[in-house]
Amino acid sequence: MLRDGRYLCKFGKRGKGGFGLWTFGDVGSHDRAMPHDHPDHDHPHSLLPSDPALRVKALETILTQKGLIDPAALDEIIDTYENRIGPKNGAHVVARAWADPAFKAALLEDADPVLADMGYYGRQGEHMVVVENTPATHNMVVCTLCSCYPWPLLGIPPGWYKSDAYRARAVREPRKVLAEFGVILPEGQAVRVWDSTAEVRYLVLPQPPAGTDGMDEAALMALVTRDSMIGCGLVAAP
Amino acid sequence: MTRIHDMGGRFGDAAVVPEPEHVKFHADWHPRALAITLACGSLGLWNLDVSRHARECLSPKDYGRFSYYEKWIAALADLLVDTGALTRNELERGQADGTSDLADKRLAAAAVAGVLAKGGPATRDSNVAPIFAVGDMVQVRSVPENMVVSGGHTRLPTYAAGATGVIVRLHGCHVLPDSNAHRKGEAPEPLYAVALKARDIWAHPEHPGDEVIVDMWQSYLSAS
Repeated sequence: MLRDGRYLCKFGKRGKGGFGLWTFGDVGSHDRAMPHDHPDHDHPHSLLPSDPALRVKALETILTQKGLIDPAALDEIIDTYENRIGPKNGAHVVARAWADPAFKAALLEDADPVLADMGYYGRQGEHMVVVENTPATHNMVVCTLCSCYPWPLLGIPPGWYKSDAYRARAVREPRKVLAEFGVILPEGQAVRVWDSTAEVRYLVLPQPPAGTDGMDEAALMALVTRDSMIGCGLVAAP
Repeated sequence: MTRIHDMGGRFGDAAVVPEPEHVKFHADWHPRALAITLACGSLGLWNLDVSRHARECLSPKDYGRFSYYEKWIAALADLLVDTGALTRNELERGQADGTSDLADKRLAAAAVAGVLAKGGPATRDSNVAPIFAVGDMVQVRSVPENMVVSGGHTRLPTYAAGATGVIVRLHGCHVLPDSNAHRKGEAPEPLYAVALKARDIWAHPEHPGDEVIVDMWQSYLSAS
């Protein structure tokens, strides 16, 4: 028993788990039925160095010594999100939707099978909904409670998406936030802000700009910005 | 009121600062913090909802002063000790006491691509039938708290509490975070996208046609 009266979870009683980066289900025997509200100094994290770079280094060292993480796996995860998975994936989907009405209709109706066919599935993109901007409605995505974001399509979220300012303000004053991105909407266009409170992830299908008729998928892709797929940007004409 | 993380609608924050797409991280330790957190997730010691709740349980003072990845690392250290994977003594000394008996669960480099690609779907079969359909008017619970665990995890944002809205989508049955975050079972139930009029939730809406759509579980809602 710990000195504060809690029991450590016993090894070997954790049941199923370890199948994915996040596993659902009752994977532990430790009783976390009640949240533990500690004074600041009693949080275990306060035992680590206060400088964040040293904190991370210290934790990586201990976990590596314990055999709980493999530094080569960390490199692999970083390379994935730094170089392989990013907004090009989302732009590919948007470009195809602009060029192919049947694809667009299927995407808006039920995005998951359509995206899976293109190979865009994975962590933080298991349940996708694509919402279309029209002259009547502009869509915008936020996660007020944390930073939920469609990773397989857009990569990891930008700093501003995770900021308190965006999380606090996007739902109450989306038009002021859009103005900070240089976006001014016409009076007749309503804003729909999607707050990602569950495991559903939203991708905005921006309106195609004028002058794109007949452009091929690759040329269209090059026009699509990350911010336009979050709903904080418009796609500029070529 | 839930916890410090529940900030939708809050006044007083500064301007949002856009940044170019090529910026992925803002310090050398950020990608490391991300990768350590993801790698530890695959040890199977907690689920997504447990880990979210751990971040939300940071003290309001720490939550406010920590940058994004500092929150991740602090919550991770707390979870690792809470689940017995590390000891306070190990954190304090910066040295392991020996190899963990969980080392066989360690995420190998060769397994990363597969694990990231596989994800962790939250949809489940459920014996809770949907009682609302698209177009139905619903009322959101007026108390934005976990109804079973005092101070517990919930995904009902305070700004939506008590509002009346319209069902715009049924997402199927999803794991209920209010239960799963406390290891009380997945308790899947229907999940809906609910449209709230900006004028119904804010005193000074920007535009009469604007709406906020919130994903909410059936137990957050009643017929209106």
